[in-house]
Amino acid sequence: MSLATLLLLADGRLPSGGHAHSAGLEAQVTAGRVRSVADLDGFLRGKLATGGLVSAAFAAAACADATRWADLDAGLDARTPSPALRRASRAQGRALLRAGRAMWPVAGVGREPHQPVALGALAAAAGLSPGQAAVAAAHGAITGPASAAVRLLGLDPYRVHALLARLAPECDRIAEVAASRSGDAVDRLPASGAPLLDIGAEYHATWEVRLFAS
Amino acid sequence: MDPHAPLTGGSRALRVGIGGPVGSGKTALVAALCRALGAQLRLAVVTNDIYTTEDADFLLRNGVLPAERIRAVETGCCPHTAIRDDISANLDAVEDLESSLGPLDLVLLESGGDNLTATFSKGLIDQQIFVVDVSGGDKVPRKGGPGVTTADLLVINKTDLAPLVGADLSVMDRDARARRGDLPTVFLSLAEDRGATPVADWIRGLVAARAAG
Amino acid sequence: MKAKARVVAEVDGHGRTRLAVLRGESPLLLRRTGRHTAEGVTVHLVGGAAGPLRGDELRLDVEVGPGARLEVLSVAAQLALPGRPAPASRLTVTADVAAGGALRWIPEPLIAAAGCDHVVVTRVAVEAGGSLLWRDDLVCGRHGEVCGDVLADTLVRYGGTTLHRHELAVGPRAPGWDGPAVLGAGRAIGTLLTAGPDAVTPGSAGPAVALMPLAGPGMLATAVGADIREVRAALDPLCAAGHVEGGRSRPPREITVRPPRLSARRGCR
Ligand SMILES: Nc1nc2c(ncn2[C@@H]2O[C@H](COP(=O)(O)OP(=O)(O)O)[C@@H](O)[C@H]2O)c(=O)[nH]1
Ligand SMILES: [Mg+2]
Repeated sequence: MSLATLLLLADGRLPSGGHAHSAGLEAQVTAGRVRSVADLDGFLRGKLATGGLVSAAFAAAACADATRWADLDAGLDARTPSPALRRASRAQGRALLRAGRAMWPVAGVGREPHQPVALGALAAAAGLSPGQAAVAAAHGAITGPASAAVRLLGLDPYRVHALLARLAPECDRIAEVAASRSGDAVDRLPASGAPLLDIGAEYHATWEVRLFAS
Repeated sequence: MDPHAPLTGGSRALRVGIGGPVGSGKTALVAALCRALGAQLRLAVVTNDIYTTEDADFLLRNGVLPAERIRAVETGCCPHTAIRDDISANLDAVEDLESSLGPLDLVLLESGGDNLTATFSKGLIDQQIFVVDVSGGDKVPRKGGPGVTTADLLVINKTDLAPLVGADLSVMDRDARARRGDLPTVFLSLAEDRGATPVADWIRGLVAARAAG
Repeated sequence: MKAKARVVAEVDGHGRTRLAVLRGESPLLLRRTGRHTAEGVTVHLVGGAAGPLRGDELRLDVEVGPGARLEVLSVAAQLALPGRPAPASRLTVTADVAAGGALRWIPEPLIAAAGCDHVVVTRVAVEAGGSLLWRDDLVCGRHGEVCGDVLADTLVRYGGTTLHRHELAVGPRAPGWDGPAVLGAGRAIGTLLTAGPDAVTPGSAGPAVALMPLAGPGMLATAVGADIREVRAALDPLCAAGHVEGGRSRPPREITVRPPRLSARRGCR
């Protein structure tokens, strides 16, 4: 369990396709729901408590047990009603594996798993723990859209990072909850949904001009 | 087989990146190359435009390439990142084209318009073309920047406009040589040469060399 | 308060749906409404008391046998209220639909009154070849009121595989629930899930509603609105009778609702 390895896996500069995804933020910016750092705060808290929790639990579960990868992948399908979000998650899983495979040996997770399954598989390959996989997932759930907000809205990057620092304890808490539940049967794993993200993702996928893939 | 094994070796398509500022004629060049090479080579195109379908539509409308041979990649406000720092979406697009269309000879990757510093990663492309045009004046080659200086081929486009904007092509030629040493530079007017002849010839040479070696 | 209710629909010797069991206790009272025809039987939930209140444990089990067609509606919105200090109120709904059976679940909305603490657990299992239309609407607080805590915990399985697994938490304990990722300024949300042989129609999307083909054999429509009228406007047309008819498509029909005291607000018929 190397902390430097965890930092590598969670680094926004990891070439894993994350820069092209706004985690639903672009749709909400265009809908006028996110304009300021305060709006972003609300967005990130909701994101962390829903998709962040789900990703963290599935990443931890995938890290803990390679024999569950297929079931976990199906479990994420069942938790992702939006086809656009299923595509985005698989595209990010594939891109993450591409980067991860260059760093650590990982096999048997398929070509295009959901992102949290890919993250868990990579964390295991890197010798990280399920709890660390969960932290990386929860952290990624908020840092990705925060960076997109800086780019889309021109928000002050210092204020956005101050917000991320305020959310760090909540991120740790969510990761802890997620890791503690990661041994549960797939149907019992967290399933918190965010309706506006589903609706926004479907709408976004129909736009002719968009800056982010999701 | 590991589907993510690095795609090196002669079996995969030659990948040529086309970069350069917005409006310099990248899409027009892609269209011209499709026209010139489409009958001889199995080719496909990846675009990085924010108009998710515009470049693709342009190619479709002009009848130069069917839809299944074109993929669009979103770049998250960072056209530069998508071709240099995090090339995964472009690599996925190339792989998807190759797996859906079968073996290809040539994949053209058009970058989203960026500034003079935009270059492609060597992890993504084999050769890169940088397209500038004369309408910004004849000082562009002198300014240099990684695109002008290091691209495998520099294309100075819209020579038909040179008299209108008072650009001196010989100055551009001299400055390009000074910046680029032995690397080739071609002058082009896509308005007049609808097949981008010097660029198409350059690519034919690359494909032939690749097949030979 | 603890209450249980159960309804079992099956097919009689003439191929008509009959109710083998129809049993409830206040506040979960069930009434058959309309005739039983070849097109199936309709049952209404008639609220027997205000509530649920904190501490209530309610359970409704629905079974639809092979070839049977059942529609479950309710006469009025369900109002989750705070009541005395006690653990969360809980409503558990289970539904089992056999092959060839069809269930339409279209109750009036659940309203989360200020201070409520309510959990709705939905567990649906449809055998391969069965049909399902499942509607759930939630309103966050009465008019001008803040929203209480509600957790909706839903699992729908089809043909032995999990088709849809979803939890939605609203209210003061749910981080970010009124932020731009979850409901934003919306105070009403509705979902409509259809599953079965004919359930998947092409998706469509707009700023406030999405029709989403699921990964499995089904489809989910989600609408978020400023109020329940916006949600009804988006979802009611999708649950016109005849939308899910167990494999046979037939023209929409009028449903005769018998009891005279039914609420006038029938959004989704
Ligand atoms: N006059 C002239 N116009 C050109 C030439 N090449 C491209 N254009 C025009 O320049 C504009 C921008 O070209 P486009 O290919 O879309 O640029 P991109 O942004 O680099 O892809 C279009 O209106 C083209 O028709 C040329 O050689 N001469
Ligand atoms: Mg272009």
